[in-house]
Amino acid sequence: MAHSSRKDAPDLPDFSLLKRIARDQLIYLLEQLPGKKDLFIEADLMSPLDRIANVTTLKEHEVDKLYKVDHKPIYSTSDQLCFLIRPRIQTVKWIADIVNADKAAGKLRSYKIIFSPQKFYACEAVLEEQGIYGDVSTDEWAFHLLPLDDDIISLELPEFFRDNFLGGDQRWVTTAGSALHLLHSVYGPFSKAYGIGRCAKMVYESWREQGKEGEKKTPQSEIGTVFLVDRDVDFVTPLCSQVVYEGLVDDIFRIKCGSVEFTPDVTSSEKSVKVMLNSQDKVFGEIRNEHFSNVFGLLSQKARNLQTAYDRRRGMDIKQMKTFVSEELKGLKQEHHLLSLHIGASESMMKRKTKQDFQELLKTEHSLLEGFEIRECISYIEEHINRQVSMIESLRLLCLLSLTENGLLPKDYRSLKAQYLQSYGTEHLLTFANLRQLGLLVEQQAGETLTVMESKVGKLVNDKTVGKLTDAFSSLAKKSNFRALSKRLALVPKTMEEYDLRTPRDMAYIFSGAYIPLSCKLIEQVLEREGWTGLEEVTRLLNGNEFVGSAGGGSETGRTTDSQRIILVMFLGGCSYSEISALRFLGKEKGYKFIVVTTAIINAARLLEAMLDNYG
Amino acid sequence: MAFVTASWNPLGEAFYRKIELYEMGWNLKEGLRNCQIAAAPYGGPIALLKEPQRSSPSARPQLEIYTSSGSPMASFMWKSGVVKQLGWTISDDLLCVQEDGTVLVYDLFGSFKRHFSMGNELVQSHVLEAKIFHSPYGTGIAVLSGAYRFILATNIEDIKLRRLPEVPGLQGVPSCWTVLSQDRQTKVLLATGADLYILDNTACTPVSPSGFSPQATNIIQVAGSFSYKYLALFTDSGHVWMGSANLKEKLCEVDTKMRTPPTQMAWCWRPKSQQPSVVIMWEKYLLFLALVVLNLLFGYNLDNESVLVPELDSVRIISGTHHELLQEVPVVSEEIFKIASMAPGALLLEAHKEYEKESQKADEYLREIKEQDGLGEAVKQCVEAAGYEHEPETQKMLLRAASFGKCFLSNFRPEQFVSTCRDLRVLNAVRDYTVGIPLTLQQYKQMTVQVLIDRLVYRKLYPLAIEICRYLKIPEYQGVSRVLKHWACCKVQQKEEADEVIARMVSLKLGETAGISYSDIAARAYECGRTELAIKLLEFEPRSGEQVPLLLKMKRSQLALSKAIESGDTDLVYTVVTYLKNEMNRGDFFMTLRNQPIALSLYRQFCKHQEQDTLKDLYNQDDDHQELGNFYVRASYQEGRLDTRMSCLQNAMDEYNKAKNEFNAKATEEEMRLLRFQRRLEEEKGERMVGCSLQDTLHCLLIVGLHKQAEQLYKDFRVPDKRYWWLKLNALAEKEDWEEMEKFSKTKKSPIGYLPFVDVCIKHHNKYEARKYVSKVTPEQKVKAHIAVGDLEGAAEVAIERRNEGEISLVLSHCTATTDRTIVDRLNRTRATAGKK
Repeated sequence: MAHSSRKDAPDLPDFSLLKRIARDQLIYLLEQLPGKKDLFIEADLMSPLDRIANVTTLKEHEVDKLYKVDHKPIYSTSDQLCFLIRPRIQTVKWIADIVNADKAAGKLRSYKIIFSPQKFYACEAVLEEQGIYGDVSTDEWAFHLLPLDDDIISLELPEFFRDNFLGGDQRWVTTAGSALHLLHSVYGPFSKAYGIGRCAKMVYESWREQGKEGEKKTPQSEIGTVFLVDRDVDFVTPLCSQVVYEGLVDDIFRIKCGSVEFTPDVTSSEKSVKVMLNSQDKVFGEIRNEHFSNVFGLLSQKARNLQTAYDRRRGMDIKQMKTFVSEELKGLKQEHHLLSLHIGASESMMKRKTKQDFQELLKTEHSLLEGFEIRECISYIEEHINRQVSMIESLRLLCLLSLTENGLLPKDYRSLKAQYLQSYGTEHLLTFANLRQLGLLVEQQAGETLTVMESKVGKLVNDKTVGKLTDAFSSLAKKSNFRALSKRLALVPKTMEEYDLRTPRDMAYIFSGAYIPLSCKLIEQVLEREGWTGLEEVTRLLNGNEFVGSAGGGSETGRTTDSQRIILVMFLGGCSYSEISALRFLGKEKGYKFIVVTTAIINAARLLEAMLDNYG
Repeated sequence: MAFVTASWNPLGEAFYRKIELYEMGWNLKEGLRNCQIAAAPYGGPIALLKEPQRSSPSARPQLEIYTSSGSPMASFMWKSGVVKQLGWTISDDLLCVQEDGTVLVYDLFGSFKRHFSMGNELVQSHVLEAKIFHSPYGTGIAVLSGAYRFILATNIEDIKLRRLPEVPGLQGVPSCWTVLSQDRQTKVLLATGADLYILDNTACTPVSPSGFSPQATNIIQVAGSFSYKYLALFTDSGHVWMGSANLKEKLCEVDTKMRTPPTQMAWCWRPKSQQPSVVIMWEKYLLFLALVVLNLLFGYNLDNESVLVPELDSVRIISGTHHELLQEVPVVSEEIFKIASMAPGALLLEAHKEYEKESQKADEYLREIKEQDGLGEAVKQCVEAAGYEHEPETQKMLLRAASFGKCFLSNFRPEQFVSTCRDLRVLNAVRDYTVGIPLTLQQYKQMTVQVLIDRLVYRKLYPLAIEICRYLKIPEYQGVSRVLKHWACCKVQQKEEADEVIARMVSLKLGETAGISYSDIAARAYECGRTELAIKLLEFEPRSGEQVPLLLKMKRSQLALSKAIESGDTDLVYTVVTYLKNEMNRGDFFMTLRNQPIALSLYRQFCKHQEQDTLKDLYNQDDDHQELGNFYVRASYQEGRLDTRMSCLQNAMDEYNKAKNEFNAKATEEEMRLLRFQRRLEEEKGERMVGCSLQDTLHCLLIVGLHKQAEQLYKDFRVPDKRYWWLKLNALAEKEDWEEMEKFSKTKKSPIGYLPFVDVCIKHHNKYEARKYVSKVTPEQKVKAHIAVGDLEGAAEVAIERRNEGEISLVLSHCTATTDRTIVDRLNRTRATAGKK
């Protein structure tokens, strides 16, 4: 990036150690079941597992065949079956069916279930209920953290979001606490911890609790500060259309576990190509955090550079040519390949995103963020629904509308909902119920409860306190208070003055200069102030639950060391690539390095799909 | 050094010494006569069962428990049956084997712990004799029944009774028998007359000791060594046979020339010593036998009745007045103290003595040791010998000498010296009269510090135990915390004190000590029936998770639930919830959950997967009609059959109505109408569309050309005009029915404008049709329309006409400089003039 950045950003700790720990533990678990065995893997554990131990490693430890765990009869001939699954009741029931089917057929096998990252009592209860508790041995693979890149670590638990925020089921809290504990014991001690959100607070406490047992001497600290943030503190950011390259790739092609599958229209060949997207890919490294409008320019620059590198060989003699071929050519070819892929991807994006309707979509989003021409936005959304453009997109716009406007007017809410149901089916009544529960899409209650309460209370006390009480009541109701927050934190730049996306001046560049992501702004503010002081009004608007804690390490002496400027941000409920880009930008500006730990990488589509009631 | 060796007696190659441990603190009028006595090994307690003085039928014997120094610990009237045998377990519990086969277990302080039986047959046949023995498996009991059968239990903590096979021809009580533990098997060795048998699980094998003199007649006494390695047999001819326990190897045979049967026989042998020896006791006479020498070499006269207590490395002799220790003098002690010994240790001791006297001879002695290059050895000897001494004065003397010698060594490793000092300090403390545990260093090493601390804890000597833990720097978890926990567990049993007081005392003393589990202490309180105290104690437990299991046990399920929730451990919450579910009736269970939203949501989550109906009941209980409605909607989509689906929706509608959610009620009602409509259509026209959304249904109808039905739906469901127009437009375009589209466009003024007409035609690549609608487009959108059909000139014209900056740039952005030169120029000109104005 061309902007001025501080050069002294510290180096990141080496997270490949986490992979090694996980691999060693897995191998240990497999060895616990000596002899040949078939391994059944839960579908969404496959990619993470692949990043830890490949098929060869598994075979080395006497894994014979690999299958996906599915609800269907199995055709394994092995007398030892090993299941590697997430602790889900559904999956355990499937396994129970397999075991019971074997029993009925008089087949004798031994079964072992390895729960990752931990087992839950509820799952064991299912085994008990199905009468196979004694037939199956269970174990835990404490595989908490998967490093996706140098600065991204994922828990790969997409259900965290729905379970915790929608279901109110807090069983993942300890898991997140353990993950933090692991990081703390390997890379800690951390000297400061900040956080906001109910879940964040619980995770913090769970981690502290785990830290108490067996206090050990910790090695040299490699991470200074942790920041825990709940996803429900900021829903607006992940719901905005992503326009930074990495985010766009995720929105369009869906990045899965750090790798993406480019379809034939991108590769301009017969087959799809799987590409790992991380800092190893130099081409990608240069454009991942760029606003989309810059990407083409950068890529063509890159292409020119590449051409010059190739061209050098023209004037070479034999000897030079030899070294060129042996040393540089391979790298150039690799780069060439990647470059063509990314150019293909950008082209494909261009086709979709420069179209009229995408521009209009962005315009609507920006209007919503600004709180400007809301009526037009509503009719745009209405048309969007009427034309059945996209089920998820429509929902996304509705949520954005509700969040930014602090709920929809009852009239609008009903009419939009009715139209949505007509377009996409009545079953979405459930989706709407979920969204309402989460506060993503709500009806303004102005006419009813609050005012009734107020007037009742108002009769008893004088006017001044009524204001305060109203505040108290409004914080009870799930309100986004986006407008007020945006004002306080200056999230939306005043006017749409020319924003140079090539040399961004703040984090707003990730949304074309229209909006600074709330989550990242909060982090910036807290780090700047070294706490929440001065942000009281903001935290009140965010329903409180902020905290500061010295994080066990307490080595205040080393404030100037590099590790103090390495900040671990943990998103509970997921974060988007755009937020990561914003943090990278912030880090460059302020001389920090951010490490993002997230329960999963999300985007608007994934967030909203989690809200659907898929009755499977 | 005369005074140290004064009590030494030579026997064979070794010396034996008798050390007085204690003058007994008890006051026994009749000595040890008329009473059963049992003393535990490792300096354990002594139990006495005194027969009543007067032999009236109502008189009862008295059971008394003393420490090894004779301090009373407990005394009570024996009211149970006839006791055949007393004995101690390895964990210092007293076992009383009764005639009827019942074994009563008491603790050190005489409180009854439990009882068990050695077999029902004994009620009839009675116990004739019993022996209590120790093996690697714990403490065992062997009894001989009235039917002359042996019954064995190897571990009283885990009783498995074994009836050993019958001994052929056994018609009376065997003349003597003992229990041996060999090759991981427990066996009984018995003698009847001259015959010896070994009884194991499966068989009774006659055996004969190797080299046993033929003149030997009846075997009347048998003794196994402490480790069951050796065996000694005494015959009525006064001969003693000593050999290995498997009888295959003979060590020696001695004629004692004593014809009277001895009262007791025991091995006195230090492991690693080359000279196993046996002590035989007659009334008032003690005889020593060693294997090397065939003559008995010395004997002691005893003042009064005594008992022998075999130990790992010695034999203790308890009499009515004294408690003595008989042991082989260790080699180092012998070398140091033997008169005129020239061993390095002895010289060092001498040197140190001279040094104290400030005599130059000290130097001479040192030189002598150094000449032999034996200073290191000398120090080692002194340290080692100190460990064997009982008198603190002697210990000090030796250690001082060692310390003196150390000064002249440059690289002597201090560990042995330090650890010996530490061990001796601990040993001296526990050997003290008030504590009364006369352990030797070897016994102490064998039993380990952990066990010693346990024993102190059993004796309720908490302060001493804590002192020792601190002194030896034992980690808190294993040391101080453990002692404190025991203290607290003991404290909670003191019934005379109020709950409040105890709880406060416990928390004061324990405070935040690491590794203390308040829940364990509370569990003990609960066992003693003090539920309230248990709850108070649990409050001190910082880990709420630890409180839960006990609270459940105490049936404080509500409290357990809130504690589980507090702990943040959902697994724990879940455990409690399942427990509650099984314990309570459904109504109460639901009520409990209702007050605990976290538990409730957890349970709901479970029900969603496992028990759908329970979920319904939950909502019903709460009158949560909204959620019930949602529940039925969900159910309807899981349902394949249309009529069940309808009835689910009907239910949902009813619930929504009850919840006063008119919107949802109406939505479900419309869904039902739609389904009915779809079904009818399917029956009439064969179009599959059940389950489609309204929009999709309409689209479907329009595509297949069922315009009338579409029209009907449009009216019935009050589909907004805009939506209908969009739908129809798209459907017609998809069918490429341009004629119909044109007709449609003319039916009335389009609510969506005419730009969509243009767009949709272009989308289906029909520019010709698209142009038809351009003229109809509103002025604001005309530019876009022109551009869409590719008519840049038209677009430019409109833009110029409207003098709209944005539109002009829009057109410009679509122009290419080469082909559209004229247009670009015109636009730029207009822009310039507009700019001037």
